[in-house]
Amino acid sequence: MSSTAHLHGGIGDSIKRKEDGRFLRGKGNYIDDITLPGMLHMAILRSPHAHARIKSIDTAAAGAKPGVIAVVTGELMAQHKLAWMPTLSGDTQAVLATDKVRFQGQEVAAVIAETKYQAEDARDAIVVEYDILPAVISPDGAKATGAPLIRDEKEGQKDNHIYHWESGDKGTTQAAFAKAAKVVRLHTFYPRCHPAPMETCGCVADVNPGTGKATIYMTSQAPHAIRTVFALVTGLPEQNIRVVSPDLGGGFGNKVPVYPGYVVATAASLLIGRPVKWIEDRSENLISTGFARDYHMTGDLAVDKDGKMLALRVHLDSDNGAFFSDAQPSKFKAGLFHIVTGSYDIPTAHITADGYYTNKAPGGVAYRCSFRVTEASYLIERLVTNAAIELGIDQAEFRMKNFIQPEQMPYHSATGWVYDSGDYPKAMNVALEQLGYDEMRKDVEARRKKGEVTGIGIASFTEVVGAGHGADFDIIGLRMFDSAELRVHPTGKAMLRMGTKSQGQGHETTFAQIVAEELGIPAMDVAVEEGDTDTAPYGLGTYASRSTPVAGAATAMVSRKLRDKARKIASHLLEAAEEDLEWERGKFYVKGSPDRAKTIQEIAFAAYTNLPEGMEAGLEGVHYYDPPNMTYPFGTYAVMVDVDKGTGQVKVRRMVAVDDCGVRINPMVVEGQIHGGLAEGFAIAFMQLITFDDDGNCIGSNFIDYLLPTAWETPKFETGETVSPSPHHPLGAKGVGESPTVGSPAAYVNAVIDALSPYGITNIDMPVTSDKVWAALRSKGVTE
Amino acid sequence: MKVTMRINGTERGGDVEPRVLLVDFLRTNLLLTGTHVGCDTSGCGACTVLLDGEPVKSCTMLAVQVEGRDIKTVEGLLQGGALSPIQVGFHEEHGLQCGFCTPGMMMVGSALLERNPDPTDEQIRWAISGNLCRCTGYMNIVKAIKHAAKMNQEAAKAGSHAEAVPAGGGE
Amino acid sequence: MFPAAFDYAAPATLAEALSVLKQRGDDAKVMAGGQSLIPLLKLRFAQPALVLDIGRLPGLAGVKRDNGHLTIGALTRHVDLERDTELGKTFSILPEAAHWIADPLVRNRGTMAGSVCHADPSGDWGSVILALNAELVAQSSAGERMIKAADFFKGPFATTLRPDEIVTAIRIAVSSAASGGSYQKLERKVSDFATVAVAVQVEMDGRKVARAGIGLTAVGETNIKAVAAEKVLAGQEPTDEVIAEAARQAAAAAEPKDDIRGTAAYKKDVVRVFVQRGLKAAIGRAQGGKA
Ligand SMILES: Cc1cc2nc3c(=O)[nH]c(=O)nc-3n(C[C@H](O)[C@H](O)[C@H](O)COP(=O)(O)OP(=O)(O)OC[C@H]3O[C@@H](n4cnc5c(N)ncnc54)[C@H](O)[C@@H]3O)c2cc1C
Ligand code: FES
Ligand code: FES
Repeated sequence: MSSTAHLHGGIGDSIKRKEDGRFLRGKGNYIDDITLPGMLHMAILRSPHAHARIKSIDTAAAGAKPGVIAVVTGELMAQHKLAWMPTLSGDTQAVLATDKVRFQGQEVAAVIAETKYQAEDARDAIVVEYDILPAVISPDGAKATGAPLIRDEKEGQKDNHIYHWESGDKGTTQAAFAKAAKVVRLHTFYPRCHPAPMETCGCVADVNPGTGKATIYMTSQAPHAIRTVFALVTGLPEQNIRVVSPDLGGGFGNKVPVYPGYVVATAASLLIGRPVKWIEDRSENLISTGFARDYHMTGDLAVDKDGKMLALRVHLDSDNGAFFSDAQPSKFKAGLFHIVTGSYDIPTAHITADGYYTNKAPGGVAYRCSFRVTEASYLIERLVTNAAIELGIDQAEFRMKNFIQPEQMPYHSATGWVYDSGDYPKAMNVALEQLGYDEMRKDVEARRKKGEVTGIGIASFTEVVGAGHGADFDIIGLRMFDSAELRVHPTGKAMLRMGTKSQGQGHETTFAQIVAEELGIPAMDVAVEEGDTDTAPYGLGTYASRSTPVAGAATAMVSRKLRDKARKIASHLLEAAEEDLEWERGKFYVKGSPDRAKTIQEIAFAAYTNLPEGMEAGLEGVHYYDPPNMTYPFGTYAVMVDVDKGTGQVKVRRMVAVDDCGVRINPMVVEGQIHGGLAEGFAIAFMQLITFDDDGNCIGSNFIDYLLPTAWETPKFETGETVSPSPHHPLGAKGVGESPTVGSPAAYVNAVIDALSPYGITNIDMPVTSDKVWAALRSKGVTE
Repeated sequence: MKVTMRINGTERGGDVEPRVLLVDFLRTNLLLTGTHVGCDTSGCGACTVLLDGEPVKSCTMLAVQVEGRDIKTVEGLLQGGALSPIQVGFHEEHGLQCGFCTPGMMMVGSALLERNPDPTDEQIRWAISGNLCRCTGYMNIVKAIKHAAKMNQEAAKAGSHAEAVPAGGGE
Repeated sequence: MFPAAFDYAAPATLAEALSVLKQRGDDAKVMAGGQSLIPLLKLRFAQPALVLDIGRLPGLAGVKRDNGHLTIGALTRHVDLERDTELGKTFSILPEAAHWIADPLVRNRGTMAGSVCHADPSGDWGSVILALNAELVAQSSAGERMIKAADFFKGPFATTLRPDEIVTAIRIAVSSAASGGSYQKLERKVSDFATVAVAVQVEMDGRKVARAGIGLTAVGETNIKAVAAEKVLAGQEPTDEVIAEAARQAAAAAEPKDDIRGTAAYKKDVVRVFVQRGLKAAIGRAQGGKA
């Protein structure tokens, strides 16, 4: 059907996506579309309280309801040593509560019934008696003297503190601050939000009573890691566990962790001997699964009299919820937050972080961002704009003055990162040009004279993605490599399998394009499969923009391996020495006589039919790629906003986004990723909020309270690009899915702050809602 | 309760409890799983189907309410086995990523074009404002619907019905 | 989330529906478009024994003009009003308010009368009928009675309708004076209920306001009729001062609460701003400006 089907589909071609066909026909295969013979349905009973001791659970009435097969409680799970499970951050998490509930929405019991309607009917009949305890809903509350101890079951845990972590150099930073002409401080809260993919989480667990093999269909961005975790948790032999991640209706980090529902459904299937399906409601998704952010940050930026940045000091308190289950590399307690020096040549920095337990859901996922990079980028970009306003320098000029210069690459940052490549001034210039910055500044001035409230915000972010070098980056000890396995069939068609898992990013197209580029097989002839741990090679999964940097590199490397073998076969077929062969996309020919050529398809056929003496048959291989470094996508975003003085409503008039993600494999797909991220950034800046009342009741547990923007609110995006290839990635690509979410919140908020700056307003915490803007304006006497 | 309705042009029936939601009837009883569920408070539009040609939320209707009426789902969009203009538009303009919102978006888009063959960007954004998408930022969805509008117009000009596009489209 | 079990009846005549209600009114729920009721059933906040679907009753859909009245049948949907081009500038408040209700999908099912009967203080139609001084036609097997909008709302989700009654229509007197209206709504996104909204309808007598109707959404236990503000305007030339005073009076009548959408002070101030904006727009329309 595709107008681009004839294209070879190498790197840089915007071919149409190969995966579209099934989705357009309503034939996607999402978790809830899976139905197995004899399948039962599970509903989970959750705690209505944020913090309470469980006195009793009475399941008798529920068990007697029509269609009910079993009611599972923590006590039953404990008999199988499954009441608790390890988290990705080395803590433990309750599967079904036995002693206490520690957040509203925590899993307390589960009903397994013939239909999902019956499961819910019976769930309503379970009676739980609670002794309500006071709830802790913030790090400040967690620190307070006399604060209730949330993790009283943990040996040695005397308070609600989880970790202390530092990066950078305290001494040199202190010294630099002592010399500063000016210190600008920003205290800001990056509130808790939730990735809320359109599809919630769920699973169908099918433990075969005959073979003992557990097949678990699961909404997972990291099926291999989950298989290993499952093996460790349940004690099942790993070869008897097959995790299949079907089509995912979005993920954005939400589908990285292991959730109690998966464990209970699997245990239930094992005990009952029938498949068990569990599909989350939206409210269950928002109230209990992987949240993001919830960082209270204070940043100080020291600047000299010429407006050069001297040093950065940051302290943050992290609100981790009831269990420390951040999905992040083990060595880094606050993720990769120490990228906080951003795009600026800041000689020294010191960062301290403390994590706290609260009576809130656990999670701490990288919501469309590389492990806490969004928080870092938001802080530095807000701080830089505030500093420019305080110093009376233009925001763009202040950034220009302090950017890391292209000739400083590879750049060693004050917190130990080695930036691979980038030209920050150039990206800034392209963005300013595209916005018509000077014109727009004049427009702002003119409107302000008429009494309008309007402004421009800029953010020049630097991301750090593609985790990561195995020696430094691991999750529960598993090194963060990724893999690709490529099989070329005798007819020259190929099958590529990877350890990653697309959630809409278009892997079936993009990765086929890498093969097309490197091995010359047209993208349309390369089938791409991911997500089935029985067939795909081991990998750490898709999140933190790591698929292209890591699995993409693995795909290039395995293609090159096969090309090397193909050269040997071509040499045999053409009766020419290997050194005399030239490679041109899709074929080898003899130097100087282009007619003497063998196509990759002919070579593939020969690999099974006509091999050189002694060569192993076949044309297939696998590559595990351990990235030598991270990649550092960057860009400059510029936003214009108009504020309604009467109501405080903010309208985004323009949004210009210039991204540099190195080489773009499929520009159309990259552009789509950027649009999506900019929309999510907009949502974070203005709408999305998971908050709690004093009793720990979650506000934001459905789409009435947790606001996702529609097409009507979402701004129109004007995109642009520069290209700074990554020098260490085989294709020069950097990964992009998350840059726009990382970079844009600060740009949106900076625009509002710029608009309000004439009145002396320097901070509004996200989400920037109309009531907060109104309050800020009224506090300065501005009214309609 | 017995219920009968026309679905994608064919008479379909079933025996359901009155409380069964239309979306569950479609997905569970008829195995038409192209219609999705994205929320439980009637706020996402993933479940959009056409009721007598108008887009509605099938999670906010009972199957029994539809007795004797006409339903169209994403599975009914193909025209003579070929992708219809709205489907081609989504493919050509990269109007889908994870594809979860896509059936709903296409149902709304196709109903809009019936009413308004040449909508502006604003009209499209308003028409799809009951449908959430987390992946695309809506930019390409708007383009996709415009693309379909253009195909319809060209087909109308050519005097024939929307040109048939060969089936296929990836795997 | 799925509803608890219930019985279902979809009578084909009004008489039949009323007789079912007479027998089972107390444990039955009337369902029109279902756009408020079904979400409640799914959350199991409502667990009626019987759902009485009035969606198939004949003759209840559509807008009629007769005997100096505009009569909006109970099954007239939001979308029908949104797209009604006959309502003209006199009743432009109806399509305007309809436009901002919920989202296009909900508007294809939900009805104006259903919304009014649901009596959500954040619902939009309640303020509109208060501003228009509309009446509700209530039918039971005992007969028909008219209920003034101002007498209809008792509290959040509570009305003076009896369990055996069905609202069959909403009636609005058509004034011969030059009239215009406006609906101003602050919502956080499409499909959100109002943070604050204000309905304004004016009838002009030359340059003076003969009569003004003002309804307030989401700032009290029910939709509020801002009577004091209406009085400020009656018989007055709408100078900036008069409008500002009416706006202040309306804000004083509002009794909002602090919540996730904003503080009470914020909402009161938005009432003030919206009454000013709404009056200016409504008067402009009445005087033949932009419809
Ligand atoms: C996502 C979403 C967003 C929404 N946003 C808004 C909004 O912004 N503004 C707004 O005003 N509303 C909003 N609503 C509510 C919507 O307007 C409903 O359509 C309306 O409230 C109910 O109309 P209905 O015909 O669907 O009534 P139903 O849901 O069928 O009934 C509602 C109630 O009224 C009773 N009832 C209905 N009709 C009658 C009758 N004729 N006689 C007696 N009793 C009757 C029922 O018994 C029930 O108690 C929203 C709804 C949803 C799902
Ligand atoms: S499933 Fe969300 S509106 Fe129907
Ligand atoms: S494409 Fe994923 S939600 Fe729209």
